[in-house]
Amino acid sequence: MSAVIENHHDDHHHGPDKGLMRWVLTTNHKDIGTLYLWFSFAMFLVGGCMALVIRAELFQPGLQLVVPEFFNQMTTMHGLIMVFGAVMPAFVGLANWLVPMMIGAPDMALPRMNNYSFWILPFAFGMLLSTLFMEGGAPNFGWTFYAPLSTEYAPPSVTFFIFAVHLMGISSIMGSINVVVTILNLRAPGMRLMDMPLFVWTWLITAYLLIAVMPVLAGVVTMMLMDIHFGTAFFNAGGGGDPVLFQHVFWFFGHPEVYIMILPAFGVVSAIIPTFARKKLFGYDSMVYATASIAFLSFIVWAHHMFTVGMPIAGELYFMYATMLIAVPTGVKVFNWVATMWQGSMTFETPMLFAIAFVILFTIGGLSGLMLAIVPADFQYHDTYFVVAHFHYVLVPGSIFSIMAAAYYWLPKWTGNMYDETLGKTHFWLSFVGVNVTFFPQHFIGLAGMPRRYPDYALQFADWNMVSSVGAFIFGFSQLLFLFIVIKCVMGGKKATDEVWDGAEGLEWTIASPAPYHTFSTPPALPERATA
Amino acid sequence: MTGTEKRDQGRSGYLIGLKWLIAAIAVGSSWSVLADWSALNMTQGVTEISREVYDLHMLIFGICVLIGVIVFGIMIWSMLVHRKSLGHEPATFSHSTKLEYAWTIIPIFILIGMAVPATSTLRDMYDSSNADIDIEVRGYQWKWQYTYLNDDPAQEVKFMSSLLTPPDEFYNRAPKREHYLTDVDNPLVIPINKRVRFLITSNDVIHSWWVPDFAVKKDAIPGFVHESWAVVEEPGIYRGKCTELCGKDHGFMPIVVKAVEQDEYENWLAMKQQEAKDVYETVGKTWSMAELMETGETVYAQHCQTCHQANGQGIPPAFPSLVGQGMAIGDLDAHVDIVVNGKAGSAMQAFAAQLNPAEIAAVVTYERNAWGNDVGDLVQPREVNALIVAKE
Amino acid sequence: MAADQNVQSKMTLKLLGVVVGMFVFGFALVPLYDIYCQVTGANGKTSGPYIAGAPLEVDKDRWVTVQFLANNNANMPWEFRPTVRTMKVQPGQAYSTVFFASNPSRQTMMAQAIPSVAPFHAAEYFHKTECFCFEQQELARGERIEMPLKFIIDPHLPASVETLTLSYTLFDITQVAASAATEIPVS
Repeated sequence: MSAVIENHHDDHHHGPDKGLMRWVLTTNHKDIGTLYLWFSFAMFLVGGCMALVIRAELFQPGLQLVVPEFFNQMTTMHGLIMVFGAVMPAFVGLANWLVPMMIGAPDMALPRMNNYSFWILPFAFGMLLSTLFMEGGAPNFGWTFYAPLSTEYAPPSVTFFIFAVHLMGISSIMGSINVVVTILNLRAPGMRLMDMPLFVWTWLITAYLLIAVMPVLAGVVTMMLMDIHFGTAFFNAGGGGDPVLFQHVFWFFGHPEVYIMILPAFGVVSAIIPTFARKKLFGYDSMVYATASIAFLSFIVWAHHMFTVGMPIAGELYFMYATMLIAVPTGVKVFNWVATMWQGSMTFETPMLFAIAFVILFTIGGLSGLMLAIVPADFQYHDTYFVVAHFHYVLVPGSIFSIMAAAYYWLPKWTGNMYDETLGKTHFWLSFVGVNVTFFPQHFIGLAGMPRRYPDYALQFADWNMVSSVGAFIFGFSQLLFLFIVIKCVMGGKKATDEVWDGAEGLEWTIASPAPYHTFSTPPALPERATA
Repeated sequence: MTGTEKRDQGRSGYLIGLKWLIAAIAVGSSWSVLADWSALNMTQGVTEISREVYDLHMLIFGICVLIGVIVFGIMIWSMLVHRKSLGHEPATFSHSTKLEYAWTIIPIFILIGMAVPATSTLRDMYDSSNADIDIEVRGYQWKWQYTYLNDDPAQEVKFMSSLLTPPDEFYNRAPKREHYLTDVDNPLVIPINKRVRFLITSNDVIHSWWVPDFAVKKDAIPGFVHESWAVVEEPGIYRGKCTELCGKDHGFMPIVVKAVEQDEYENWLAMKQQEAKDVYETVGKTWSMAELMETGETVYAQHCQTCHQANGQGIPPAFPSLVGQGMAIGDLDAHVDIVVNGKAGSAMQAFAAQLNPAEIAAVVTYERNAWGNDVGDLVQPREVNALIVAKE
Repeated sequence: MAADQNVQSKMTLKLLGVVVGMFVFGFALVPLYDIYCQVTGANGKTSGPYIAGAPLEVDKDRWVTVQFLANNNANMPWEFRPTVRTMKVQPGQAYSTVFFASNPSRQTMMAQAIPSVAPFHAAEYFHKTECFCFEQQELARGERIEMPLKFIIDPHLPASVETLTLSYTLFDITQVAASAATEIPVS
């Protein structure tokens, strides 16, 4: 591809440029993957600090540390940073690193656009984080920014929030177009779609979802901008608009968004479990169809986030049935992972521990999601900690664990060094216990009646809140151990083989560890094992 | 990773110990809470609907637990038995169309089993038949307003319901009492066994009115009205919360509903209606110029004349003239303000303490139109009331 | 290689087209939602002025209670109330009632009344032949006004609806009307 060989004449150099400009100008998918991953780790720690401010305040009843206005900024920014700054860029980073290698391509299809896609993000998040220091404070209306709280009653920083969202959206859209074009055009000859590793499939489908719904998010924040600054009344009842319209348009984006945050996780886990069970992924075809079904269904269930908004009964029933239906393909995937493990020959290295914990804990989150789908019951759960527990189960021991699993699994390939297995397992157990101690009690306080986004609470919620806060600090500080493990692995360690893991399949395990700067400059001949 | 297994065994003792220690801390810290069931689960509530919702919740929860136990049980069994360290060789199967059909179709039947009772309960909730009492519930930043709809506006009971817990308690300067953050100054009072219809809306941003014991939760949306209803079967005090982020004091606008026997309700309502009538007579009603001038003249004679004289000319400089000069013919807002709040450092008192809003409105109107002033404007008692309330 | 690049460019452009299309779709959701609500009354919004086709048959066996609510939004200072709190009406029959409004503030103000019906699905059966909510209301300082509402309830109102509440919220649009100087669409 001429675009790849363009300016650095790398066939004459032995590797990439030295110095900082390498990172600024790189069009190499491995470099860009690394940039995304480190950026997302930094955002994860920032968002994590905000979570710890929240949990520290909620450790006891009363306002000890922060005032309610600032607490609302913390909950809002924590959500925005984690969703748009940690989870999504981490998955894009994994896509960048892995997709070209998994399909036997030399790089992404649009390498320069790849560079732009990444570098927009530090600007976007710099702008977003700077709102904390602006007059009126950072956005304080929840990461779901409902109107009119976010339009007529918002702090001045709302305009910067809107611009930051636009930038993040542009980055995601460009990244997704890149993924689609890469996967559809650059597969090694002979690799049919149904031969691709499941991680590539999940990213292909995720990329389509992103292309479809990020523009709708851009639309809704543009409408907000117009309502705030240009006198329109999309969401203002006084001008003939409707605040509920905001919710419909937002969640039309928002629901596919949560599937965007989980489908790549499904792909990661579908790569790891077969390796450590030494057994092929069970039901590959079924897994592909299930992923596609989940993606399709994700477009038509959005109003299950709005059951108390006063929709007519026909609407409520339709959305209840459609949402319940998503449990079917999701269940199929879980059963297929279990069937992969069944009668395998398992070992439990760190990636496998995270992957198994994913299956169990994500399923718990999925089951609480099923409970939330039941409308009459949802009237008692909606906007309480039961919802907070549900989405944290699917996002933290769900998405985040899968990202950690991926990091442990592929770090040897990226760096050429094995990570420290004992430390890895320690990190796992601390995280596993931490995450459950933090979020399991939140089911209880939600059922007992504590609403979300509350800086203070009635005395009957005190005990479980204290437990949850203890768990949050355990989980939070364990991530410093993870940081240590990653840095230690990058800097050295036991040398990794090409294959790294006994039982690993896929083109990335046929090349050296660390992976050379340019791989598959000529397409590989596909061995039997490259087909999933 | 066969190579590290020996190293693993050495470290495994330490890891196992660490795991149990952390788990013990977690369980130990939560043991105290297990004794109190109400800290763990949804309330059954005090209406037929709330009990239906609770039963539905327990049914779905039970099914989910069962599914979890089965699936995780199989996984844990597999992890214990199908391990390389026990010498188990991996099988080679990787698909089964029959299984795929089975675990697609069986869940569909389970879901239908959940959807049927859910649909039935939802239909019970959507009921627009006539109610015995209609109450408008209006969300404000950051309190609730309740209006008992009545054909006679003079007897319409309307009041604000705000958090009673003082800031000293939430800023940890005073100990937190029993109903910390869940008590209000004016609870909503309703009779038991009567159908109460709630008409829910908002004054500003989106709020949400939730009383768990009734299983009623409806968003309060500015410009729109929603209905919900409840038939409460047991007398008692039921506490609820605002459940939609609405700004800084979202966590500080609780709901308290007091359900009482019919006769107690009627007594309370009658008392409230009398209060409403009294206020209406003075404040809510719209007064004519003639009424204001007549009352104003009487008030002036009783409260103002001693200083400002019967002819309004006063005894300057201590007691200014009100004729043809100053605020009496000028800024109306300042005029009302000085009567309500007085003037510090002078003999002009704050008459809000002595006169009701109707008397103040009347005397200000009188002063502006008597003695040839003839300014022509008048002040309504409710405007004076708004000023007094705003300053509180 | 060139052919590959051509394919890639075409695909990229197609995907960009999808992006633009979805952005437009997001905005298209606005009128789509409006139409959907008008047709089904889904958010309790009543439609514009009702012009009867054939005269409606009065349902002499049925009485529906209509309640009127009137509120100010945010800091709107006007006095605003219905003259009658409830009416018992028969579907198909035309009725009229009056709302009071007055502007006790010190300046001329412009207001917009926004109607909302509960239960929502009754909205499409509530026909207004004349309503003060169809226009903006301007009142000078101290001015008072009586605002008429003429309505007919459609005989096809579902039998399950025995009480219908019509709530008006009065919004202060003085600033908006001054700066925009355009018609604010009211549905």
